[in-house]
Amino acid sequence: MIQAPDLPPWAALIVAFLVVAGAIFALIGSLGLVRMKSFYERVHPPTMGSSLGVALIALASIICFSVLRSRLSVHEVLIVIFVTLTTPVTFMLLGRAALYRDRTEGADVPPAK
Amino acid sequence: MTTLILGWAITVAQVLIGLAMGCATWRILDGPRAQDRVLGLDTLYVNALLMLLTFGIQTGRTLYFESALVVSLLGFVGTVALAKFLMRGEVIE
Repeated sequence: MIQAPDLPPWAALIVAFLVVAGAIFALIGSLGLVRMKSFYERVHPPTMGSSLGVALIALASIICFSVLRSRLSVHEVLIVIFVTLTTPVTFMLLGRAALYRDRTEGADVPPAK
Repeated sequence: MTTLILGWAITVAQVLIGLAMGCATWRILDGPRAQDRVLGLDTLYVNALLMLLTFGIQTGRTLYFESALVVSLLGFVGTVALAKFLMRGEVIE
């Protein structure tokens, strides 16, 4: 389904570039999630999609809606702030849970310091 | 002309995000341990959020923005609850 809002050419080109760039970053992050070997390496790549991917696509959305309504429309900033604040918290909790589980099994884990 | 370029760009971006969601799903299904599956679920949530934002740009409606906000909220709460469960064996102590 090829469908797009009716934007002026400069805005359309900027939005197109930002959307594709954000999607590429999200894909790279998820590919890293598949390809990395251990859990402690795998925690890192998805943050690329949830920081740069979300920021670029939200910026594209802000530009699109601001031009469409010819007034400033920044409510996507809410999503960026929320995801940027919560991703480190969730991954730190998850990493600590994984460390705890590995240590109780006596597996080979990264050192405590 | 530029509208056509924008339409194709949005469609290509949706296909790429769909592939990313496929990678996250593969990690959920394959993940050797429970924490890998939770990590895949969190990545799937973020990719779904991006997909909803591109749908919002495509249709020009704000309806998708609200659902993206709800998805980000539920993804955070769900992942934190699952991490807590992996650590303690119960969610609320």
